[in-house]
Amino acid sequence: MNREDFPILKNDFIYFDNGATTLKPKCVVDALDDYYLTYTANAHRGDYDNSQKVDMMYEEVRKKVTQLIHNQDPREIVFTYGTTDSLNMITFGFMEPHLKKGDEVLLTKAEHASNVLPWLELVKKIGIVVRYIPLTSDNQVTIENIEKVITQNTKVISIAHVTNVIGDIRPVKEIGALCKKNNIYFVVDGAQSVPHLPVNVDESNIDFLAFSAHKMLGPTGVGVLYGKLDLLEKMKPTRFGGGMNSDFEADGIVEYKSVPTCFEAGTPPIAGVIGLGKAIDYLLKIGMDNIHKYELELKEYLLLRLKEIPNVIVYNPKSTGGIVAFNLDKVFSQDTAVFLNQFSICVRAGNHCAKILKDELKIKNTCRISFYLYNTKEEIDRLIDVLKKSDQIFKIIL
Amino acid sequence: MDPELRREIIVDHYQNPINKGLIIDDTYLKANTNNESCIDNITVMAKIEDGRFMDIRFDGEACAISTSATSIMIHLCLNKTVEEVEELMAEYEKMLNEEEYQQEKLNELIVYEDIYKQPNRKKCAFLPFDSLKKIIKQYKERGQ
Repeated sequence: MNREDFPILKNDFIYFDNGATTLKPKCVVDALDDYYLTYTANAHRGDYDNSQKVDMMYEEVRKKVTQLIHNQDPREIVFTYGTTDSLNMITFGFMEPHLKKGDEVLLTKAEHASNVLPWLELVKKIGIVVRYIPLTSDNQVTIENIEKVITQNTKVISIAHVTNVIGDIRPVKEIGALCKKNNIYFVVDGAQSVPHLPVNVDESNIDFLAFSAHKMLGPTGVGVLYGKLDLLEKMKPTRFGGGMNSDFEADGIVEYKSVPTCFEAGTPPIAGVIGLGKAIDYLLKIGMDNIHKYELELKEYLLLRLKEIPNVIVYNPKSTGGIVAFNLDKVFSQDTAVFLNQFSICVRAGNHCAKILKDELKIKNTCRISFYLYNTKEEIDRLIDVLKKSDQIFKIIL
Repeated sequence: MDPELRREIIVDHYQNPINKGLIIDDTYLKANTNNESCIDNITVMAKIEDGRFMDIRFDGEACAISTSATSIMIHLCLNKTVEEVEELMAEYEKMLNEEEYQQEKLNELIVYEDIYKQPNRKKCAFLPFDSLKKIIKQYKERGQ
């Protein structure tokens, strides 16, 4: 759908790597251009017209994010440099001062590196304990399995809403209720969910949510950290400098600004934030429900057509996100990706930064097709035609 | 080089690599490619005695280019001295970087002469040599 809005699609190529980053509609790029070409100014600084316009545009995006993730107060929206940055701020700004030795954090082995490595740092720094929620045979998270590993020391559950390799959608509403009942902080990596389906932080009792603009039609270098207001008020800044302080003296007495400005030290990615606002407008106009339904339709069509190719192994037929992880039998995933590239089809090969998922999948590397709203069944047909030639793979790639 | 022949050599080394499978023996030096690549994972182990490669083995999961290059490397470096291997590596690096090189010194490695046209695969072609470099470094540091 909406292919005409994406100038890049005039080129003859098929983009199936939306889990990594997405293409940009013209309206988003126009919004960046507009800022750079007609009203450039810093935010929160000047008394002249352009500066005030920038302020207004920048702050307006907090409200748009609020509409997208269904929280109540725009002050709960912090602009960051991406999901990784947001997760690091949560871990080191909030969790480090609030957790103590022996406190347990539950993750899964399907998590992206950015939701594993900060926690492993806290293991070294303050002696928290990281435990992994066992996955079902379909690599899913269930409430029963979480209940099995919760102890009285469990203080945090930090998981992706949708995982980036398997594409399974975690039951966040039920997990949120479980967290509330057990006094556990609920941290959600929304990098693969916020762009693709409705997210409701209030209904799911999510304490912290992290996501990136560039995976949802927006610019690179911008992300969002959502935190419940009372928690953000207890979070410590992890970056210090201009814009986030209200006063300081030479003797070290410092006063920081209030939430969320105290977390946005330095000049923020202003154009990027404004571009994110445009991307949110664009997505909400289509409707997150419609996007999710459409991607699922594409996924089901792909699974159906892949049955025509006997040497394809699909690792996640049952997951309900728009991701298909597969390999050609006896072919290394990177070779498959290079082969598809010869036909201008972009897919990702590798472990997709989920390096411990190999323990569960029993395979280290896969090819990943991840859909977005502009993909079509015709593109899938072209992929299938190419995969049917895969017995010639070495003739084509060597 | 004739593309058909080139393909045949690469596929043959990929599907039937030389000395695949590691052994437990701590007289061998070991290196892994994980630092250089997120996806190709090859471990190389070698036994060097009196400055000569007496045995080289490998294991891992990697693409056709990396795996075949590892097999060809083992084939060419077995029974060679450290200096000879270093010389071979230097020539090979020159070829991959599109510099002038002595083709006759490279033997089967010339199957990768066109790999510079695919910059992302250049790394694959050199990957096993990264491990061998690490092994040589370890050997020299031991002062043997």
